[in-house]
Amino acid sequence: MRTIYVCQGTGCTSSKSPLIMENFKRILQEKNIQDVEVKRTGCFGLCSKGPVVIIGPENTFYAKVKPEDCEEIIQKHIIENGRVERLFCKNADGSIAERLEDLKFYKKQQRIALKNCGSIDPENIDDYLAVDGYKALEKVLKEMTQDEVIEEITKSGLRGRGGAGFPTGKKWAFAKAAEGKQKYVVCNADEGDPGAFMDRSILEGDPHCVIEAMMIAGYAIGADEGYIYVRAEYPIAVKRFQIAIDQARERGIIGKNIFGTDFNFDLHVRLGAGAFVCGEETALLESIEGRRGQPRIKPPFPANAGLWQCPTLINNVETYANITKIILNGADWYSSIGTEGSKGTKVFALGGNVNNIGLVEVPMGTTLREIVYDIGEGVPNGRKFKAAQTGGPSGGCIPEQYLDTPIDYESLKSIGSMMGSGGLIVMDDTKCMVNLAKFYLGFTVDESCGKCNPCRIGTKRMYEILERLTSGEGTLEDIDKLEKLTKTVSKSSVCGLGQTASNPVISTLKYFKDEYIEHAVDKNCRTKECKALAKIQIDPEKCKGCGLCQKKCPVGAIEGEGPGTKRHIDEDKCIKCGTCIKTCPFKAIG
Amino acid sequence: MVNITIDGIKTKVPENMTVLEAAKSIGIDIPTLCFLKGINEIGDCRICLVEVEGARGFVTSCMQKVYEGMVVRTNTDDVQEARKNVLKLVLSSHEKKCLSCIRHGNCELQDLARRFGITDIEFEGQIAQKIVDDKSPSIVRNTAKCVLCRRCISTCKNIQEIGAIDCVNRGFESTISTLEHKSLGDVNCTFCGQCIQNCPTAALHEKENIDDVYEKLKDENTVVLVQTAPAVRVALGEEFGMKVGTNVAGKMVTALKRLGFDKVFDTNTGADFTIMEEASEFINRVLNSNEEKPLPMFTSCCPAWIRFIEMEYPEYLKNLSSCKSPHEMFGAILKSYYAQKEGIDPKNIYVVSVMPCVAKKFERQRPEMQNDGLYNVDAVLTTRELAKMIRQANIDFKILKDTGFDSPMGEATGAGAIFGTTGGVMEAALRTAQDLLTGKDLGEINFEEVRGEKGIKRSIVNVNGKDIKIAVSSGLGNARKIMEMLKSGTLEADFVEIMACPGGCIMGGGQPIKKSKERREIDIRKLRANAIYTIDEKSVIRKSHQNPILKTIYKDYLGEPNGEIAHKLLHTHYTKREKYN
Repeated sequence: MRTIYVCQGTGCTSSKSPLIMENFKRILQEKNIQDVEVKRTGCFGLCSKGPVVIIGPENTFYAKVKPEDCEEIIQKHIIENGRVERLFCKNADGSIAERLEDLKFYKKQQRIALKNCGSIDPENIDDYLAVDGYKALEKVLKEMTQDEVIEEITKSGLRGRGGAGFPTGKKWAFAKAAEGKQKYVVCNADEGDPGAFMDRSILEGDPHCVIEAMMIAGYAIGADEGYIYVRAEYPIAVKRFQIAIDQARERGIIGKNIFGTDFNFDLHVRLGAGAFVCGEETALLESIEGRRGQPRIKPPFPANAGLWQCPTLINNVETYANITKIILNGADWYSSIGTEGSKGTKVFALGGNVNNIGLVEVPMGTTLREIVYDIGEGVPNGRKFKAAQTGGPSGGCIPEQYLDTPIDYESLKSIGSMMGSGGLIVMDDTKCMVNLAKFYLGFTVDESCGKCNPCRIGTKRMYEILERLTSGEGTLEDIDKLEKLTKTVSKSSVCGLGQTASNPVISTLKYFKDEYIEHAVDKNCRTKECKALAKIQIDPEKCKGCGLCQKKCPVGAIEGEGPGTKRHIDEDKCIKCGTCIKTCPFKAIG
Repeated sequence: MVNITIDGIKTKVPENMTVLEAAKSIGIDIPTLCFLKGINEIGDCRICLVEVEGARGFVTSCMQKVYEGMVVRTNTDDVQEARKNVLKLVLSSHEKKCLSCIRHGNCELQDLARRFGITDIEFEGQIAQKIVDDKSPSIVRNTAKCVLCRRCISTCKNIQEIGAIDCVNRGFESTISTLEHKSLGDVNCTFCGQCIQNCPTAALHEKENIDDVYEKLKDENTVVLVQTAPAVRVALGEEFGMKVGTNVAGKMVTALKRLGFDKVFDTNTGADFTIMEEASEFINRVLNSNEEKPLPMFTSCCPAWIRFIEMEYPEYLKNLSSCKSPHEMFGAILKSYYAQKEGIDPKNIYVVSVMPCVAKKFERQRPEMQNDGLYNVDAVLTTRELAKMIRQANIDFKILKDTGFDSPMGEATGAGAIFGTTGGVMEAALRTAQDLLTGKDLGEINFEEVRGEKGIKRSIVNVNGKDIKIAVSSGLGNARKIMEMLKSGTLEADFVEIMACPGGCIMGGGQPIKKSKERREIDIRKLRANAIYTIDEKSVIRKSHQNPILKTIYKDYLGEPNGEIAHKLLHTHYTKREKYN
């Protein structure tokens, strides 16, 4: 019996993977092939190679599959038992990977949160039940007291995966200790970091593991109702999660007297409208309650006064995705993975200037170098690694000298970044760090809810200064103001968004201050990303006077007549579009 | 009680206290901006930040409750720098046209800038977007002066339970606006003006009519008559640094004369007319309650309440007394009886009302408020506008001698005076109704049960052997509660008095604006109300129907209360109003 696994995550879906699945089914039917199952799965992780099709049990990994390839795959692989070699993946070193395990991308990964993503059909509860689904819940309800559950989670060392890394067991203990007739369990699935899609992939690939964990949490703290707050921009995740709830309800797993005990639980989906700040737990609660998404002043913390002022436990999707595994395999097993202070694994959305783009899950303590060079297989196009941004707009950039830093909550913090929810963007030496800070600040300026003054006005002022610097109008005094503002905004803002909004500026100022000074004093951007500052010149040594650049220049900024005459650029006319640089056959312009 | 240490000073304070209050109790005055006790406790502005030992980051002192062993530092270099920089950020996005600002000299943002010693705002940049809504007759909004403290939102949404304004957009684009950015006159705003009272800057202020009045004062062919509402005289002095609760009626009349008004009359007399009409109408309703004139009867003096019920509960319009409000009644009499008596063409009369209210500006221009093609009142000035005129005319208000209101229209009773506070209309009406019903002068004058600050007061009063169920409320949030209780049958009432502003007209949207700090320290409502009740107590006549002027005018001109002429001049009607246009 063979299985054709077709990734139906958001990335592959956008590249027609639903049609691929349909084609497989149709062709199998047409050819009357009985013993092959076509299975919809969640994300395999290697999104840049999608749509991905894996054929089991042999684990053949086909990349960038097109709907029209299905015929050939069935014919060659299924019927003739051969392989469609042209769809194999290549590692960055050129070696061919026939099977998933041949891919360097997967070598250093360890999948706990993503365990079932890519191997089960997320829209079929039986698939989940077949891999010990809801066993952890049953165990908890039948064999463990509330305190034992919390003790187990505490012992495991699990910390919040949403970014701040608060010990999960402690959070549960607070929520249990809080007094209140009605308590709630909430799942924060308002993933908003640009480029991050860990939570989306878990919800798309293994929604039941989140439901099960929320119910375990409900039992532990004494809540019988849960809410998941998920972005409306995640339609597949929303749909699958709702299907999962419906199926669990049908089977009596969600409802009254679950597993014959007196535990009841119900679960609702609430859609977010896409405001980044709603990922902040109290803003999320405000939004669920139907108000404008703005953070509340803490204390009181949600554990004491959360949803509708009732004690509320809020965890992130990825945090929940670890729970069932901890219950089934034990806290000791879980705490054996990772570092002293950060246990287990962490999922990252690896992106930017790196060969392998996608979702990776590694044990805590893995170094940045291992992720970038072993899993990501390095920086493409022969460029040099310059920095990596973790934690998205709330995090900081990590320069080359810290590549060997083990990834855990404390280490990242100590070098001016943060774990964040798990975005990891690699940047090569074509990236301007002042411009990078401006990009992230632009994001927070847009996403600041506007509630408190330091964040609303402070981020705007920082952005304006960065705009001045990148357009050649900045001064050294501006850099001083920027430093002052980072301090005020970080220390005075109401919520995590404002408190961390300065991090991209602080870290680039810390590690790349020379670039800031170049922008301010020399009016120069070494990467030429800041167009207003880029000086484009023709190297007279290399120029052969062919005149090609002159013909292509859209504004007639290149002077010099006749073949063989060396050309030069009139800086006043030049709009720095870079066309000449690309045109020159002798690489004389730069 | 808990033990805490603030700036090295050990003290014991009640455990439900905030750090701000605890600090205040030992003489440490932490600066605030968005905080408004009981109304806006949201911690947005970050001006009141302090350090608390063991806390991560700064702590919001207006919200943080004290706890045993707490150690607070309110004045470290770090805190000072943070506060100062936050204030500089606020100033950087503010319009800063202080010298030409309506709130110049009475602005909480200016106060902070002075207090923090701001000499240079180094973080200059884009200013908050400027949207000016000056289309409504009552309220002007200017978003470029807004500091987004959200006091107006909390007032409108939580106290008045209207929600005409809220924050729209995100981040730096955040601004206070209405549904679809419509003008306040085209949304569910009632023009109560409580938002103005609570605005720390000039982002919200009344639509001024001073220039219209100046123009008429200069015109030799126009007889300019002015009347002043009961609540104005107990607050106007505050504009000139006098103690809250000082009755400055005499100085006010002197000042108005100096400003050039031809006659200065008292709206309290208008209130006496209102009582005559309203008490008579109530008695009629009690005796012959029918579908067209049902019980309970609601008072109709408050124009914001009228706008509220027209928009929110139009099915109850028949329950509203058909009486015009006192200054409109008085305007109608001035342009009819008085004009005739004095031989002035009513067309040449210009009636100015000085009111504690901005909704009166809207009421004035309602088409119903006309007789024979003339508006009953031609201009409404707030207490603040009058103070401004007095200052502009170089009048040293505090040392003015007292002058009495002009006769014959200037004599009023204590019943007219108490119209300015919550419960006053009810009390005045009961004084007259009981006498009219019994045909005797019953000694009973004070109805203590309708006095005081409670938002909703209910009582049963025995009048001539009949139990009259009454209810009194102030604040539109409470008005809504009353209406919902009536709808659900949980409130039975015969007579209901409603005022839109919490505390009544003495706390109206046109009154002197008191800063949040002063409001925390003294009970402004109580002091102003006391002044009103003192006027009543000192009045020789305390029942409207005993006012000799009224007796004369009814005898010579109006006929019977609720009679034909009275009805034409002194009564009005109401129409269902859409909340959003």
